[in-house]
This record gives sequence, structure tokens and C-alpha cells, in this order.
Amino acid sequence: MARAVTGQRKMINTLAAWSVGLLIFFPILWTILTSFKSEAQAIANPPVFFLFDWTLENYSAVQERSNYSKFLWNSIIIAGGSTLLGVLIAVPAAWSMAFVPGKRTKDILLWMLSTKMLPAVGVLYPIYLGFVKAGLLDTRVGLVIVMMLINLPIIVWMLYTYFREIPSEILEAARMDGATLRDEIIHVLTPMAIPGIASTLLLNFILAWNEAFWTLNLTAAKAAPLTAFIASYSSPEGLFFAKLSAASTMAIAPILILGWFSQKQLVRGLTFGAVK
Amino acid sequence: MTFNKALIAAGVASLLAASTAQADNLVIATVNNGDMIRMQGLTSDFTDKTGHTVEWVTLEENVLRQRVTTDITTKGGAFDIMTIGMYETPIWGKNGWLVPMDDLSEEYDVDDILPAMAGGLSYEGTLYAAPFYGESSMIMYRTDLMEAAGMEMPEAPTWTFIKDAAAAMTDRDNEINGVCLRGKAGWGEGGAFITAMSNSFGARWFDEGWNAQFDTEEWANTINFFKDMMDASGPSGYATNGFNENLSLFNQGKCGMWIDATVAASFVTNPKDSTVADSVGFALAPDNGLGKRSNWLWAWALGIPAGTQKEAAAKQFIEWATSTDYIELVAANEGWANVPPGARTSLYENPNYKDVPFAKMTLDSILSADPNDSTVKPSPYVGVQFAAIPEFAGIATEVSQEFSAAYAGQQTVAEALAKAQAITNDAMEAAGYK
Repeated sequence: MARAVTGQRKMINTLAAWSVGLLIFFPILWTILTSFKSEAQAIANPPVFFLFDWTLENYSAVQERSNYSKFLWNSIIIAGGSTLLGVLIAVPAAWSMAFVPGKRTKDILLWMLSTKMLPAVGVLYPIYLGFVKAGLLDTRVGLVIVMMLINLPIIVWMLYTYFREIPSEILEAARMDGATLRDEIIHVLTPMAIPGIASTLLLNFILAWNEAFWTLNLTAAKAAPLTAFIASYSSPEGLFFAKLSAASTMAIAPILILGWFSQKQLVRGLTFGAVK
Repeated sequence: MTFNKALIAAGVASLLAASTAQADNLVIATVNNGDMIRMQGLTSDFTDKTGHTVEWVTLEENVLRQRVTTDITTKGGAFDIMTIGMYETPIWGKNGWLVPMDDLSEEYDVDDILPAMAGGLSYEGTLYAAPFYGESSMIMYRTDLMEAAGMEMPEAPTWTFIKDAAAAMTDRDNEINGVCLRGKAGWGEGGAFITAMSNSFGARWFDEGWNAQFDTEEWANTINFFKDMMDASGPSGYATNGFNENLSLFNQGKCGMWIDATVAASFVTNPKDSTVADSVGFALAPDNGLGKRSNWLWAWALGIPAGTQKEAAAKQFIEWATSTDYIELVAANEGWANVPPGARTSLYENPNYKDVPFAKMTLDSILSADPNDSTVKPSPYVGVQFAAIPEFAGIATEVSQEFSAAYAGQQTVAEALAKAQAITNDAMEAAGYK
């Protein structure tokens, strides 16, 4: 009897989880489906789900009009570069906060996080002017720096949380064995925190990939990533939903594939230390 | 090699080097619409003729507006040419942010630009951006539904006729709404429509002392008429409908009439996208017998930010893109129905273009809108569906949000107008107009 109740509950939980998952995934699914419709089918009311004339014409139209590979390459450089740079800076920062905390460590952590609460547009003009003066406007280097700075608080916080789970006695033992600070961080701490660092890398890569405000405002023709590629298909005067959906699908496809293959690491990293 | 041959070879080489050095790469910011995308596809013609190359930055209208405004106010220099509208051009021209278009070549024939367009893109008589295409607004209606309702659309109808016709055409059981209009918040969406409509009801945004006029009977009449008509004959949720939502409804055969941008005519008559393409008629936007119609005037134009290093090449591009030769090029490649409309007088004298069904109505609509005299009572501003002052976009966005809330039944029309009055007066006082 107990087993039957457990089985029933398990089935309900599974159904509920699938329902929530499908609900969350539905906008993406709908975008992908729309990308294979004609413009007329894309706006049909009642909407058509699967029974329509599937076409690839939107993808060929997008390919014909835009240089997708240029946008893709810029996205990879900006998201990858900013994430790697951020982790390089954040590992020593998180180490010091986790293992040699000062009186104000908690305040600094909160202050770092508070920078995420400021609306981005509030600092658009100072940053834009700085970029103009430094010749960084529409450059990948400029975007890498900005994206790194934007995500740095999250990277530091995530790494700090993971590092706190590592017993400080292990690091003390390494020190007693004669390890230098550099050795301690690179050869002792980092290998132990690999799952946390991996999930931090993945999450911040995804955040940087999807960021649209700065990438739209600080780029023009040369450094524009896939967010600008999508924006170029949006129009308030004209129904181009099918083409917009095709462009969106092409822009999110790499990150969806990456997320699919690394979901185990992502979940492991995000739940690291959640259950004690 | 003789000395002479060597000299000639050196001369040719240096000429080639010089011409290569003069070839610029232009970065152009533009909007995503059919005419602009068509131009991008034909850019090779410009490159073949001049050697200059072009890189396009295509953005959604509101993103583009924010992006180019940031760039021009900071002298960022990210763009060599910007696509701007009739609202920005005189303001930016006044501020010295744009290169004046006062030395265009003779072959360009600047006098051929439609006077309404040239006037709206000038400041103190100097042209600051060349119109790529222009538009007004007009009525697009279903000829079959109008006939079934036993009515006939006049060429220049009144609002009373539109309200009656909308009621007669509405068939809720078959999901047919008599009339579809913009109710969506936003100064360029519902705000533009209601401002143009208010002109025909005798309303205005400001009196000569820059005092808000939302406490007048004319504004109350405008909003009440709009809401009554839309509640009775409009689609459900019209308070959130903009251009695209109404286009979608019309193309699916769910609107009897739609009053909106003339550029929509090519969409609703395209059988590939529209289920009612063969039964669409056109008429002038309605009036109320007060001497002003409710149509607007807009142009997407190409301007050069002051301080660009590539001014000469940028002017060459603008002359190419807004010339009569370019119109011929589009016609040869895509047909006369797809040429950019509303910018040049000669287009409407071209016998080939006269066969396009919406050509005459587009021209008549453009000609009947005067940005320098858009209101029944005198007003201190230039613009038909906007007032060309920097503060207008912010104020009108807030005001249109109040109107949309009234359309949705979240507040009364009187409450919305009272809030609009307060918002506008506060903003104008803060900006130093009063």
C-alpha cells in the first residue's frame, strides 16, 4: 500500500515537473516552430501548431541578408573572453574572502552585489563617453571588459560560496607542507573547486551570451554579437515574425546545445552546498 | 622599360593608390522595414559607382532612436549616416548635430523633394536630412464588407461616417470588427494616432504660451469619440493594439476599416501575406468639418552626424539612395509597387507609378498634412502627430499610457485627461517653457 502511494506520488511529481518544464520551454518551442512557417501562418489566428507547410525559406532569407558567422564569432569572443577574464580575477578575490575574511568582507560582498541593482541605463552615458575617449566603441575588447565587469559580482559570489564549502584545514595542511600562495590557489584550491568553477563559467557564459543592453548600445558594425543580429529583425511596422523567429533560433541554438550537453555540470554546480 | 613607360606606370599606380585611399567604408544605422532592407540589397550598385563600401547596422525603430541619440549627443562617431525621422531632424539640426544638406549636386534636383517633406526635415529653411521615403496615414477598408453593409466610402469621409460604417460592418459572430485603430501606449504608436485624430476635432497639445490643453472640450470629444467607437466596433483588447497587431487582424480579414500608415497599403494588397488582398479600397483619413484631417506626416530620412570624417562619401551615398535613379533601380529590380514612396514629386508624375493602386491616395494624404499648420487653433509647435520639441517623446509616452488605461477601462476618460494635463504642464514647467 505504501509503495502504491509512493508510486502515485512519484507519477504526480513527474507529471508536474514535466508540465512546468514544458511551460518554461514553450516560448522557445514556439519560436522554433514559427521559424518554419510562412509570415501569413506565423500570425494565423487560431494559431497552427504542427500542421502547417514547413518551410526553410526564412532561414535562407536570413542567411542571404545577414552575415551570421560574423555575429556568432563576436558572441563567442565576447562571452568567452569576458567569462575567462572574470574567473581569473574572481578566483583570488573569492579565495581571500572565503579563507582570510576581514571585518568588512560581508559588506564588500553586499556592495559588489548592489552594483547589479542599478538600472544599466543609469550609467550608459558615462560608460559610452569613456568608450569614445578610449577608442573602445564597437570593439570586442571593449565589450569583453564591460561584460566581465557586469558579471564579476556574480562570479565572485558564486566562487565564494563554493570555496566556503572547502575545509580550510586542507589549505592549512598545504601551507604546512610548504605550498606558496600561488601553489595553494592553483594546485590545491582550484582542483577541488572544479565543479563550482565549471558551473560558474557556464552560467556566466550564458549570461554574457544573452546580454542585450550593452551589446546593442556599445556596438555598431564590427563587434555586434548575436543579440544585435536578432534586433535587426524586429520591426514595429511590418510583420516579419517568421524571419525574426528564424534569426532568434539561429542565435539561441549554440547556447541551447551547450546547455543541453553541460546540464549535468550546471545542476551539480548550482546545487553545490545547497543541501547539508 | 623606357623612362617614359616607367613614368606612366608610376603615374597609374599612384592614381590607383589614391583612388583606393579615397574609398571609404560607411557605417549606416537604419530601421528594419521593407524599403530599407531593399536598399541594403541594392548597395552593390553604389559601391560599383563610387568604390565606397557600406556596412549596415539594422535595429528596431525604438532601439535605433536610443542608439543614434546616444551616439550623436556624445559625438561617438559610431555611424557615418543615420536614419532619422521627421521628429528628430529639426531638433538635431537646431542643435548643430547634423551636417546641413545645402550643397547637394545639381543633378540631385533637391527641388523635386515634396515640399511637405522638405519642410518637415528642415530647420530655419535649411535641409538637414534627405527623405528616403515619406508616409502619411489613410483609410484602408474592405470593399466587400462595405458593399454588404449597403454603404459607399466617400473619397474624403467624416468621422461620423466612419463610426456609422464601423457599426454597420461589425459582425461579432464572424469575428469581424468594423474598425481597427491603434490604442497601444507609446508616442509613436497610439500617441501618434490620437494626436493626429485630435487635430481634426480642433484640439491641440499646447496653446501659444505652451500651456497644456487637455482640459478642453476638444480633447474630451476626441477621446470619448474614439473610445465609444472602439468599444462598439473595435477588436477586443484594442488598448494594446499597435500597427503590427492591426495589420495582422486586417490581413486575416478581421477588420472592416483600418486607419494607419500609408506604407501599410503594400502589405494589405500583397496576396502572399493578406487574405483580403483583392478587396481593399483606400480613402483619405477622416475629418470633422473643421478644416483639418486626421492624417499624419512622417518621413524616414538619411542624415550625417556633424564631425564625421567621411562627410563627402556620406553625401554621395545619400544622393544615391534618395535620387530618382535609385527609384528607377528599385522599379527595375522589384517593380513599381515597391519603390520608396512619398519623397519626390517626379515619382507621382511618372506614368508607370500611376498604375499602382495606392499611389494617388498616398500623395493626396501627404499633401493634405502640413506640419507647420496642423491644428485648427494656433499652436506654437511644428509637427502633425507630434510637437517637434525634445521633451515631447517623454511627455507623449506618459500621456498615451494614461489614454490606453482609459481605453482598457482602468480609469475614466476624464481621469486620463486630468492626469495628461498635469503630466504635460509639470514637464513643460520643469523644462523652462513656462
